[in-house]
Amino acid sequence: MNPVAFIYLAVVLFSIGSAAVLLRRNAIVAFMGVELMLNAANLAFVGFSRIQGTVDGQVLAFFVMIVAAAEVVVGLAIVVAIFRARESISIDDPSELKG
Amino acid sequence: MLDLTWLLVAVPLGSAFVLLLAGKRANPWGHWLGVTASGLSFVVAFIAFIQMLGLDSAERAHEVHLFSWISTGELNVDAGLLVDPLSMTFVLLVTFVGTLIHIYSVAYMEHDVDRRRFFAYLNLFIAAMLLLVLADSYLLMFFGWEGVGLASYLLIGFWYHRNEYATAANKAFFVNRIGDFSFIIAMGLMFAAFGGVDFKTVFDGSPAASTAQLTAIGLTLLLAACGKSAQFPLQSWLGDAMAGPTPVSALIHAATMVTAGVYLVVRSAPIYAGAPNALLVVALVGAVTLIFGAIVGMAKDDLKKALAASTMSQIGYMMLAAGLGPVGYAFAIFHLVTHGFFKAGMFLGAGSVMHGMNDQVDMRRFGALRTAMVVTWATFGFGWLAILGVPPFSGFFSKDKIIEAAFIGEGWQPWVLGLTALIGAGLTAFYMSRLFFMTFHGKARWTDEQHPHESPKLMTVPMIILAIGSAFLGLILATGDRFVNWLAPVTGHAEHGEPVLPAAVLMTATLVLVALGAGYAWLKYGRADVPLTAPAATLATIAARNDLFQDSVNRAVLERPGTHLTRTLVYADAAIVDGAVNGTGAGAAKTGEALKVVQGGKVRAYALIMLAGVLFAAFFAVLGGK
Repeated sequence: MNPVAFIYLAVVLFSIGSAAVLLRRNAIVAFMGVELMLNAANLAFVGFSRIQGTVDGQVLAFFVMIVAAAEVVVGLAIVVAIFRARESISIDDPSELKG
Repeated sequence: MLDLTWLLVAVPLGSAFVLLLAGKRANPWGHWLGVTASGLSFVVAFIAFIQMLGLDSAERAHEVHLFSWISTGELNVDAGLLVDPLSMTFVLLVTFVGTLIHIYSVAYMEHDVDRRRFFAYLNLFIAAMLLLVLADSYLLMFFGWEGVGLASYLLIGFWYHRNEYATAANKAFFVNRIGDFSFIIAMGLMFAAFGGVDFKTVFDGSPAASTAQLTAIGLTLLLAACGKSAQFPLQSWLGDAMAGPTPVSALIHAATMVTAGVYLVVRSAPIYAGAPNALLVVALVGAVTLIFGAIVGMAKDDLKKALAASTMSQIGYMMLAAGLGPVGYAFAIFHLVTHGFFKAGMFLGAGSVMHGMNDQVDMRRFGALRTAMVVTWATFGFGWLAILGVPPFSGFFSKDKIIEAAFIGEGWQPWVLGLTALIGAGLTAFYMSRLFFMTFHGKARWTDEQHPHESPKLMTVPMIILAIGSAFLGLILATGDRFVNWLAPVTGHAEHGEPVLPAAVLMTATLVLVALGAGYAWLKYGRADVPLTAPAATLATIAARNDLFQDSVNRAVLERPGTHLTRTLVYADAAIVDGAVNGTGAGAAKTGEALKVVQGGKVRAYALIMLAGVLFAAFFAVLGGK
C-alpha cells in the first residue's frame, strides 16, 4: 500500500476539521474540529515516519496526543465556564477582545 | 585695614539683604540702615586709603585672597580683591558720592511707600559696584558687572506700575545684555589665549600673545564697555533710564555705574598695549559718542534727558582719553572723578528742582528758579561752571588735559580726535548753559499749581558738599600732578609727547569756544523769551530731539530683521521639526486605526486569519523548497 495515501487522508481530515472550526458556532463542535485537525497532523506524522523509515514521526505523534489530551481538559473547562456565565456555548458571543 | 576691604562689599550687601528680608517692620528705620551701611563702607575705604598713602607707591597694590571659587582641571579662579590706586579711587568715589546720595534720598523718597525697597536696591548697587572695581579677576568683576546691571534694572523700573518705566528698565537690561555677552566672549578668548581669567595671568601673558588675539580681546571688551557706559552703538538705553528716581540717575547713571566701561578699558591697559588698533577704536567710539551726546543734549527739553545726553558725551571724553593709551589713562580717570562730583551734583540739583516743581521735568516750564531755590541754583551753578571747564573749577583741569592729550600723536589722528574734543567742549558749553539758563534764569513759565520752594536740609547739604567738590577737587588733584602720580603704578608712566598745536593755543581755543557756546545760549535762552512749546525746527534739530533716530535705526536694523528671523525659526520649528515628530505619531495612530477592524472580536475570524497565515507560510515554504 502506498504510504502517500496516509498523507492524502491527513489532508482530507485536516480540511474537514478546519471547516468545522471555521463554520460551526457550537463550541463543542468546533472543539471536535480541532481534535480532527490534531489527529490529521498525527496521521501525517506517522505517514511521513513510514515514508522515511524512521521512528521520529511516531514519537512526535505521542507527544501530540498528550498535549491534545491536556488541551481538551483546559478547553472543555473554558467552555463550561463560558456556558455558566452566558447560558450559551456559541463561540461568536464572547467578543470582549474587539479592537 | 587693607586686608579688611572685603567689608566694603559685605556691609552694604548685608544691609541690602536685611532690608529686603525684614519686610514692613523695617520701614521706620530701613533708610537709616541703608545710609549707615554706605557710610561704614566709606569709613573703611577712607582708613584703607590713608593706610595706602603711607606705603611706597610701588607697594600700593594689595591683593586680598578671599576663597577658592572655581576649581576645575584647567580653569581655576579664586575670589580675591585687588586694592590698588585705581580701584581705591573708584572705591572712594563710589562710597563718598554714594553715601551723600543715600542721605539725599532719605528726604527725596520720603513720601514714597517703598522707600525701604529703594534703599535695599541702592545698597545692593553699592556692594556690586565695589565688587566690580575691587575684583582681581575678570570673572569676579563680571559678577559685580552683572550686579550693577541688576541694581540698575531694579532702580530704573522702581516705579514699575508705570508701564513706560518698566519698559525703560527692560530696554536698559536688553541693551546691556549685548555688552555683557561680549564680556563673556572676551573671557572665553582670554581663557583660550592665557589659560586663565584673573588679572595676573592675563596681564603676565599679554606681552607674549599675538596682536590678533589681543585685538580680538580688546574689541570684545570695548563692546562690553559700550553697553555699560552707554557708548555708541549701545547708547540708546541711557536716555530712557532717566525713568528711575533722580538719586538713581545721579548715582548710577551719571557718577558711577556708567563709568564702569572706562574702568574696564583702563584696567585692561596691558591688553590694549599690544593692540593699538583696538585702542584706536576705543578713541573713535569715544569721539563719536561725545559728539552724539552733545548734539542730542542741545535739543532736549526734558531736564533729566538733557543731563543724560551730557553724561553720555562726558563719558565719550573719558573713552577718548582712555583710547589714547598710557598718555590718556590717568586723565580719563581724572575726568571720571571730577565728572562723578559735578554731574552727581547737577542731577541732585535737578532732583531738587523736580521736588519743588511737582515732578515737572520740562525745562520750558521752568525759568527764574534762581530766586525761589537759591541753594539749588548756587550748587547747580558750580556744577555748570565745572562741566564747562571754566578755570579754576574741576572740569577745567580734567577736560583741558584730555583735549591737550587728544592732540598728541602723528598723522590724522590728533587732528580728528583733538578737533572733536575741542568742538565738543564748545557744544558742551552751549547745551549746559541752555539747560542752566532755561531752568534758573529768564522769566517764570510755571503752571498755576507750581509753587517752587527750596528743598530740605537733608537734600541741600549733599548738594553743597558735591558743589564744593565740583569747585575745588580738580585744583587739589591737579596740583603737582598729584592724581597722575597717584595712578602711575597702575597706568604706567607715559612719556608726555608734544601736542601738534602748542598747549597755550589749545587752552585759549577751548576757552574761546566755551565762551561762544555759553554766550550764544545766554542770548537764546537767558535773555530772550523761551516759548512754552518747542518751536518748529530744522531737520537737524528734529533729529537731535529724537536722539538722532537711534531707536528707529535700532528697530529697522536690528529689531525687525531679528523679529523676522525668530518668526521664521518658530515657523520652521513648528512645521519641520515638530511636523516630523508629530507626523510620525499621527501616522502610527492612523495605521492602528486602519488595522483595528481586523480585531473584530470574532473567534472564527481569528481562526480564518490564522489559517490563511499558515497557508501563506506553507506556500512559501513549499515554493522555497524547490
